[in-house]
Amino acid sequence: MADTSQRSFRIFRFNPETDDKPYYQTYEIEVESWWTVLDALNEIKWFVDGTLSYRRSCRHGICGSCAMMINGLNDLACEKQIKLIRRNPITIDPLPGFEIHKDLAVDMDPFYKALKRVKPWLINNDPPPSRERIQSPEQFHLIGDGIACILCAACTSSCPSYWSDEEYLGPAALLKAYRYSFDSRDQGLGDRIDALDNRHGLWRCHKITNCFHACPKNLNPTEAISRLQRRVIEEKT
Amino acid sequence: MIHRHDVIIIGAGLAGSRAAVEIGKVADVAVLSKVYPSRSHSGAAQGGVAASLGNISVTDRWEFHMFDTVKGSDYLGDQDAIELMVREAPETVIEMEHWGCPFSRTEEGKIAQRKFGGHTLEFGREAALRACYSADFTGHVLLHTLHEQCLKHNVNFYSEFQVLSLIFRDGRAIGVVAWDMVHGGLHTFYGRAVMFGTGGYGRAFKITSNAHANTGDGLALVSRIGLPIQDMEFVQFHPTGLYKSGILVTEGARGEGGHLKNSEGRRFMEDYAPTLMELAPRDMVARAMQQEIDEGRGIDGEDKIHLDVSHLGEQRLMERLPQITELAMNFAGVDPRVEPIPIQPTAHYSMGGIPANENTRVTMDANRTEAVGLYAAGECSCISVHGANRLGTNSLLEALLFGRRAGKQIVEDVHDLEFPNLPPDYEDAARGEIEFIRNNRGGEKVGTLRGELQDSMMIDCGVFRTKEQLQKQKEKVAELADRFRHIQIDDNGDQFNTDLLEAIELGHLLDFSGAIVEGALLREESRGGHYRKDFPKRDDDKFLRHTLAWKRNGDWELTFEKEVVLKGVSHPGFEPKERKY
Repeated sequence: MADTSQRSFRIFRFNPETDDKPYYQTYEIEVESWWTVLDALNEIKWFVDGTLSYRRSCRHGICGSCAMMINGLNDLACEKQIKLIRRNPITIDPLPGFEIHKDLAVDMDPFYKALKRVKPWLINNDPPPSRERIQSPEQFHLIGDGIACILCAACTSSCPSYWSDEEYLGPAALLKAYRYSFDSRDQGLGDRIDALDNRHGLWRCHKITNCFHACPKNLNPTEAISRLQRRVIEEKT
Repeated sequence: MIHRHDVIIIGAGLAGSRAAVEIGKVADVAVLSKVYPSRSHSGAAQGGVAASLGNISVTDRWEFHMFDTVKGSDYLGDQDAIELMVREAPETVIEMEHWGCPFSRTEEGKIAQRKFGGHTLEFGREAALRACYSADFTGHVLLHTLHEQCLKHNVNFYSEFQVLSLIFRDGRAIGVVAWDMVHGGLHTFYGRAVMFGTGGYGRAFKITSNAHANTGDGLALVSRIGLPIQDMEFVQFHPTGLYKSGILVTEGARGEGGHLKNSEGRRFMEDYAPTLMELAPRDMVARAMQQEIDEGRGIDGEDKIHLDVSHLGEQRLMERLPQITELAMNFAGVDPRVEPIPIQPTAHYSMGGIPANENTRVTMDANRTEAVGLYAAGECSCISVHGANRLGTNSLLEALLFGRRAGKQIVEDVHDLEFPNLPPDYEDAARGEIEFIRNNRGGEKVGTLRGELQDSMMIDCGVFRTKEQLQKQKEKVAELADRFRHIQIDDNGDQFNTDLLEAIELGHLLDFSGAIVEGALLREESRGGHYRKDFPKRDDDKFLRHTLAWKRNGDWELTFEKEVVLKGVSHPGFEPKERKY
């Protein structure tokens, strides 16, 4: 027999087409013991109220679609097991710091645009060898955090520096800049430095570490930013 | 709104993005995606991408990879396309490395390679280390690297656009009509060439490793305009889906030495594939597991088996399999370092798809007549390199490699293809569909119909199939399609209306599910991923042929006239033999 319990979900609702202002709507549903928050949202959408909008796709923490604020903390809905949340009702808000498209779906365009500003691709002007470029396991591990990032935006959305400066690159884009600039095969720090070395770039970070706490993949953008700051100073001196 | 580009690509996974990088250097290319590109399902692939680099298994050669792929396909794969794939695999992977894709490394700094099911040296003599990997998120790093290459080459992305119809006249592709998910509204995209890279159809099944987005949209669009779809009955059930959710635990877990155990705690694979044991091909392992379950040896008497990796030790797990350790904890509530993971077979890969040739041009009949300006690559296509069953790590390879071939072919073709004219009724089908869904008031809910489809497909068109089950399922799909005419959604707005999206997707699922069932019913044999309990043997006389399915006047018409290519381009080919491991 399915092991179920009754839970309440207090969900942020806002449709800019029809609503003057946002409001919360509470849904009471029966949840199975293995469900995550995303399973509950699906249950509500599919069987209670089809007007609820949110993003989701892979539902196992790799596509990065379903980042949202759960009880005041950014997280992936698909990875958050309901049985581990003691508070009831469970309050769900969209990622802060972005415009609302509808309900829990926010406008991510500024986030993606910031990403592109750091030139997130390998820059290496040497002709490639016929086989792979050699990279040691240690050099591979050095960029481990950066390559594991799923671009869910939980970090950037949690960053007070980003809230106060919409031109700020934000921790996700800076982590991506780190991932390429610290790749042993890359020669592109010089090409990225204009985007990084200014008050909307690396130096906007005040080491508040919200990003580190928000990251559902347990990555540490703050540390990557610090290393990148040191590298930029070395590059300039 | 009307958008004109040289090339229109639908889907931004590995196939679509790889083609876009190639085309973006020389022509104006637009990529439509129902999700932001980096959220495509290619990113979920964990274990690796196959290429006979020989970095560890130094004697590896493309001929061995070809043999394994042909045998794995249960001889239904077209050997000319397979030869091209395995020969071009090393350069395709090396190119990704040159573009910055981060791979795990050997001590000498070369791309690391691991074992994967069905991949061998010297035609089955011993397991080959052929899967190039990046920890256990190989698809993720390939997808991100490619997306970033697209950003570098200023590819035009239309993210969160759901395709509704293919505009196709007199054998020529013209464009597609899509719905803007964010703001609402129809958008028509037309150009010299159209390419599909829309992924698989695993969402037709209840237990699946596939993303919510994998609703086989390209297949529905193609069949709706009268083109055939191919080999739809071949669905790969991956042995190691997490119990209940179906979320994938990589085959790499077995590649690294994980054991499968039944309720008696016994490694039952010794009864089914004594040489390769847990590393036998996926279809065989899934059937072995299902048989254990059906015979009452599932864990706790339920439909689950144990995957035990605890003996590998914490260090190796965290180093080689960090994602599955996290998945097991988050989604099954078990710590794989100290306890076994409950698993069950999960609908994973769609071998069937849009028929296309080795140059990725879509073909329209058993004689392989090419459509003009229409291309397909990746999981949505059936080229067919996987035949009746795909080997692990050949999917990332296929998507990358045929995406690359599609890009190169389109670059070659695009200047010979004139800009087509939009026919006057170009938007009618799409507009009709949207209006029908939004205005209908029949009381049937998307969630209910989809749930009934997925449950029944899993039970009656799953790992094991019989005539009785399939006939029942054929009627069930027809009943659901009939009830879909009474669909009713709650949300009638334009802005980010995912209620509308899910109804569109359900329409697609219902469309091609009929072809899966019908193919399974008429294919009275067992081959690869398709297993008929009432016809347990492979029947090469009747069925060493591809299935083509046309939707005509609401019914599926099937033929088995399309011959399998049994010779390579240069290689004499491998004669069909009994497939034993």
